[in-house]
Amino acid sequence: MLYQEFSTMTDLNKLTLKKAQKLVAEKEVTAAEIQQACIDKIKEVNGKLNIFLSHLDAPVTASEGSLHSLPIAVKDNVCTLDFPTTASSKVLEGYRPPYEASIIRKVKEAGGVILGKTNLDAWAHGSSTETSDFGRTLNPRNPDHLPGGSSGGSAAAVASDTCIIAIGTETAGSIRQPSAWCGVVGLKPTYGRVSRYGIAAMASSTDSPGPIAKTVEDAATLLDIMAGHDPFDATSNPAEHPVFSNSLNKKISGMKVGVLYQDLEGLEEVRPYIDAASKILEDLGAEVEYAQALDPHYAISVYTIAQRAEVSSNLARYTGIRYGNDRSHFGDEAKRRIMLGTHALRKGYADKYYLTAQKVRAKFALDFEELFKKYDVLISASSPTFAQKIGASESSSMFGELADMLQEPSSICGLPGINVPVFRDPETNLFLGLNIVAPAWREDLVIQFGDAYEKATSWNSWRNND
Amino acid sequence: MTDNKYELVCGMEVHAELKTASKMFCGCKNDPFGAEKPNSHTCPVCLALPGALPVANKKAIEWTIKLGLALGCKINLFSKFDRKHYFYPDLPKGYQISQYDLPFCYDGKLETSLGTVRIHRIHLEEDTGKLLHKKINGEDVSLIDFNRGGVPLIEIVTEADIHSPEQAKEYGKKLRELLRYLEISDCDMDQGGMRLEANVSLRPVGESGLPSYKTELKNINSFKFMEQAINFEMKRQEKKLIAGEEIQQETLGWNTTTQETFSQRSKEEAEDYRYFPDPDLPPVRFTQAQIDEMKASLPELPTQIVKRWEGEYQIEPRFGSKLFNTASEANILDSLFSSAKNKKVAVDKLASALVNKQISLPIVESDVEKTINDFSALHSVEDVDTVELKTTIEKILSDNPDVKEKYSRGEKQVLGFLMGQVMRVSGKKLDPAAVRATILLSLEE
Repeated sequence: MLYQEFSTMTDLNKLTLKKAQKLVAEKEVTAAEIQQACIDKIKEVNGKLNIFLSHLDAPVTASEGSLHSLPIAVKDNVCTLDFPTTASSKVLEGYRPPYEASIIRKVKEAGGVILGKTNLDAWAHGSSTETSDFGRTLNPRNPDHLPGGSSGGSAAAVASDTCIIAIGTETAGSIRQPSAWCGVVGLKPTYGRVSRYGIAAMASSTDSPGPIAKTVEDAATLLDIMAGHDPFDATSNPAEHPVFSNSLNKKISGMKVGVLYQDLEGLEEVRPYIDAASKILEDLGAEVEYAQALDPHYAISVYTIAQRAEVSSNLARYTGIRYGNDRSHFGDEAKRRIMLGTHALRKGYADKYYLTAQKVRAKFALDFEELFKKYDVLISASSPTFAQKIGASESSSMFGELADMLQEPSSICGLPGINVPVFRDPETNLFLGLNIVAPAWREDLVIQFGDAYEKATSWNSWRNND
Repeated sequence: MTDNKYELVCGMEVHAELKTASKMFCGCKNDPFGAEKPNSHTCPVCLALPGALPVANKKAIEWTIKLGLALGCKINLFSKFDRKHYFYPDLPKGYQISQYDLPFCYDGKLETSLGTVRIHRIHLEEDTGKLLHKKINGEDVSLIDFNRGGVPLIEIVTEADIHSPEQAKEYGKKLRELLRYLEISDCDMDQGGMRLEANVSLRPVGESGLPSYKTELKNINSFKFMEQAINFEMKRQEKKLIAGEEIQQETLGWNTTTQETFSQRSKEEAEDYRYFPDPDLPPVRFTQAQIDEMKASLPELPTQIVKRWEGEYQIEPRFGSKLFNTASEANILDSLFSSAKNKKVAVDKLASALVNKQISLPIVESDVEKTINDFSALHSVEDVDTVELKTTIEKILSDNPDVKEKYSRGEKQVLGFLMGQVMRVSGKKLDPAAVRATILLSLEE
């Protein structure tokens, strides 16, 4: 009778990964039923929200494994054999890769099913998912607003319960900022923790794939599967990684937390909620204090130069000869970035721009090294604002950099971080997020703190399903 | 150069494909010339598909350093790969992974009989694909074969130390010899496995310093053509200089039919490759101890071997240098010579027999004994006892009285019969020429 209860009382698409794993393992429900519930939900909302660029039409079975054929939404810059991979650019419209990304192989080997491919800012250039060549995605929490980006489709997929869990990629904020705006959990691992092989490159020195989930526990579970050395990615860490789900349900008492950026201008909307979150961590026994870091505005310059330079180089392969669509299919944002990056690397200018940016980047790394001598983790707002209204990205070419300002310093240093929702505005149904950052290779700490915070609060509606 | 008013100032850039088992940045087979069909040795990495990433070939890096050490270069303990951007259909990423400011090797030298040529740098990069221009169904098309794309390629750059076309040729040949000796490259010139470029300019005799211009001789696939092209270019430039004309910076090819250089591309504006460190490839670090170890494991170099053989075995250097191309071949010869010496065989004569192709070179270590036996057999031939031979022949002739008659009637085939009889009766391996001559003498008596 339990089965009856679930199919009538609970929408199976709303299950957390943990709960779904348990129910399928205990044969209370089948993975096919869960997949079907997600597919039904996609069919219901996708016409309006434009989250998926492609998706399954009927349930499929994966190989055996801990993911039990549960459906996972994947950002469309990750190469898949089962679906086209476009990076939301018309240049790659209809392109079917002859190989799949290492993380897709890992997820499939663990029994996961790729449910579909989610929308993003074209080539992951943006923080709104408005610059997709296949139309903007709307925020499922409030469709007058943007989901953030560039992994806006994956964050919206989780927020809309059109999937059980999702995969995004982040260069500087692209997992955490849309997670904050959509009110979900987004984990950006240390650069090199998760293989980049098979992911259309944006900024090669910072790209990090990671999970976008309903709970911290789910994110840790998927990260355990995605992480690890890949001989196909020379920048992936050859060291064994710890079991991240072992960092759940651990006390944080006595640990030290530094609060960053609270004195910056433009944080009025979010400041009180970060203070409130600090208080909760304090109540859990952590020692919390304001800390001083390098002004993140400098990180915007570093990131803008380094990332544009790498973008101009990474997009050089789309010559118009091989993928059917020529370079006139590049959108305005890609063209802007190619031009800026090309300029930054010109003879005589590379020293002035690119090399100077690398030096400032090293300064940021030193700054974090100093901070982590005093603190176990650093916290800040994930985004300076609530989700912006649709159309906002079109008014400013630096929209993304401002939206991601609080993420860029740690991103250019490759540090791991997590977004956990800290507030929902009952009037707009929009969310704010807390960003928890740890030293390189210490994803365990961001999971420990994220999980402790999440479990000390009661707003996470998904956790009530557990 | 009749009046010797000007002298040649020339530096060379040589590209050579390394013969590693796999390509430079992926696991594809490195065998572009042996491929069964175009684009059969390719993968997402060497085709530059979205998302594919390079991983550096360790062996190719070690071999580059091996060459550097053999040329007396200094080795950068911290090195890296850079992206060099330019657009060409045979370059699928839109950039070539190369090395910009920190090549693996720098500051070496190669001795030629006409003077020392300093090596400026040796760096490692990837080869491009190959364009084929064809007519298919009456239509002109360009096809791309990526079997060569991503093959490890080294570039050896000299200082402008070359002062004659002959020296350019000798430098190229010596470099090829060394690459083959180290067994890191086949240097197949016809297939483009080794490619030569020369930067040519002239300066008034007696001056030093680099001239303000140069022309680049490119895409020349033989040492002889390179020598001819430099010769031609010197005369062409001299004429212009004497006439007070300016010489254009340009890339030139060599027309083997007209025996003239021709312009391929003018180089008025310096190209901007927008180099920056490849973020997909971590920097390469070595410790001095690792380099020292590589230096210690470097094989003895050809000139040293030839010298040693002269001392140990009295083998003439002109013979010694002709006997081997690779270090493995030299190793086998070393076993051969030491084994021959132990058996009191005249090693210098053995070497000259090998050079004159009287006996064949041992291919593998286990051939050594056979080579010595072959040589001994050859040696016994030289010691034909003519008196004994004559007696044998006389005996056969008296046993076969009709033979002499037949011969005088013009039946020359009896010669063969007699030769066989002599060999059988004597029970020795005699020099056929000597036997034949002696038989003829006896028949004519």
